[in-house]
Amino acid sequence: MAASVPAIEGWFTTGDEPRLLGSRCTDCGTVTFPRASGLCRNPGCRGRELVAHELARVGTVWSYTDARYQPPPPFVPASEPFEPFALAAVELAEDGLVVLGQVAAGFGVEDLRVGMRVELVVETLHELDGVPQLIWRWRPLGEVAA
Amino acid sequence: MSAPEPVAVLGVGMHPWGKWGRPFHEYGVEAALAAFDDAGVAWSEVQFVAAGETVRNGYPGYVAASTLTQALGWNGARVASCYAACASGATALEAARTRILAGLCDVALVVGADTTPKGFLAPVAGERWDDPDWLRFRLLGATNPAYFALYARRRMDLYGATAEDFARVKVKNARHGRHNPHARYRKEVTVEEVLASPVVADPLHLLEICATSDGAAAVVLASMDYARRRGVASPVRVRAVSTVTPRFPNTIIELPAFATDSAAAVAPPELTFRDSIAAAAYEEAGLGPEDLSLAEVYDLSTALELDWYENIGLCKEGEAERLLRDGDTAIGGRIPVNPSGGLACFGEAVPAQAIAQVCELTWQLRGQATGRQVEGATAGLAVNQGLFGHGSAVILTA
Repeated sequence: MAASVPAIEGWFTTGDEPRLLGSRCTDCGTVTFPRASGLCRNPGCRGRELVAHELARVGTVWSYTDARYQPPPPFVPASEPFEPFALAAVELAEDGLVVLGQVAAGFGVEDLRVGMRVELVVETLHELDGVPQLIWRWRPLGEVAA
Repeated sequence: MSAPEPVAVLGVGMHPWGKWGRPFHEYGVEAALAAFDDAGVAWSEVQFVAAGETVRNGYPGYVAASTLTQALGWNGARVASCYAACASGATALEAARTRILAGLCDVALVVGADTTPKGFLAPVAGERWDDPDWLRFRLLGATNPAYFALYARRRMDLYGATAEDFARVKVKNARHGRHNPHARYRKEVTVEEVLASPVVADPLHLLEICATSDGAAAVVLASMDYARRRGVASPVRVRAVSTVTPRFPNTIIELPAFATDSAAAVAPPELTFRDSIAAAAYEEAGLGPEDLSLAEVYDLSTALELDWYENIGLCKEGEAERLLRDGDTAIGGRIPVNPSGGLACFGEAVPAQAIAQVCELTWQLRGQATGRQVEGATAGLAVNQGLFGHGSAVILTA
């Protein structure tokens, strides 16, 4: 099998402890995901130096759902027939934002709850020309944050 | 700022919602002609045309105002084509209203029309790696219903909303829309039928998610002076139009985004974006939720209608289910919501929808909403939200 590659360049790191890659304004500390360039999004800041920033690996579920029907293109199904998958919006407290992602393979909405802790993993989204395309996903850790 | 002068709604008209696949301007022409007849205004008198753009119809759709003006027969009117996704109609309405209030024209046509494909709304074809709307499908498979479902699930886990509560929104709106001649779906449904329809995005079922429709709506707006000169002493009035954008940081995830703004450096504003849409309209009109006789809200999903009850101040956060269960938002209740039947009965014709909401408020405030009339209606709010940070709220009074 061909070596896997990220489905999109520069949005996340791979390896044992993957991280989402965003940006952080060196003037005010505002974080963005995905990475932004140009003027800081904080309307009270004129910062233009938005440096690479690794987001927290663990967060809490803001909400969740699933896709029971195959989404339209440009979605590329991983299997035939289509297998439903779950999605979670996850709050990363220290970065001050909520990031959407698919939920790790093998987990569904019944495994999730608002407030549950989840961690970032990287898994295969689909294959293109035999090359696995990697994507970030959220894996439930079971506990519900206080 | 003091409250602006009202402008008069002289006429309204719609082409029924459905699915026929005809060119969008054919629907728009019918809606416009109906509005002219309702207003007693001839096309030759219209000085300005503001139209909601439709993005799925090629370049005639991008220049909807001139396309529709040509289809009605060039009359020399000035035009503006407006795009603000689902809020396009409100942006067009605001363009016409402000032109009238500035004294630059007396009478204007506001119109929106769409023809739509089947199934999920999908981005236009082609590879666009810098377009979040394309990327969310490619990288996440996140459809529009997925985002609606996130809001729905949050209501369940935080406020104890149930699947039956959400289904009851559909049941209520189906009952309201049953007698609406412009609605696409005019059949009552039961809670059991809603819950027996397939789950699209947990917890939302097929019958809880709005369809995409063909349709058109039009409004003839005029200055109060023009209305008086035409012998219309007491027209329905536009009292406020809100087309606000979010304030940073917007901390609610919204389609098509991958993430919210960050509150790491700046605390979130007091009002969420959706709260701020109606708040700006109330402030401009000098009215509050307690003054409303009815509201038309953007029920892209059943659960989203409940969010709106809170966003427009009908109740506190987490109390919308109680309002619904008590029958407060049904016709005959304290504050009927979506007496037209809402998107549940119409499906969404994007550039027409905010204008259709204004048509319904107008009929209600004139006492002409046969079969679905909110008795003694004196003030109504229409509210919606378009992709990419477009707010839309309109307040009309009798």
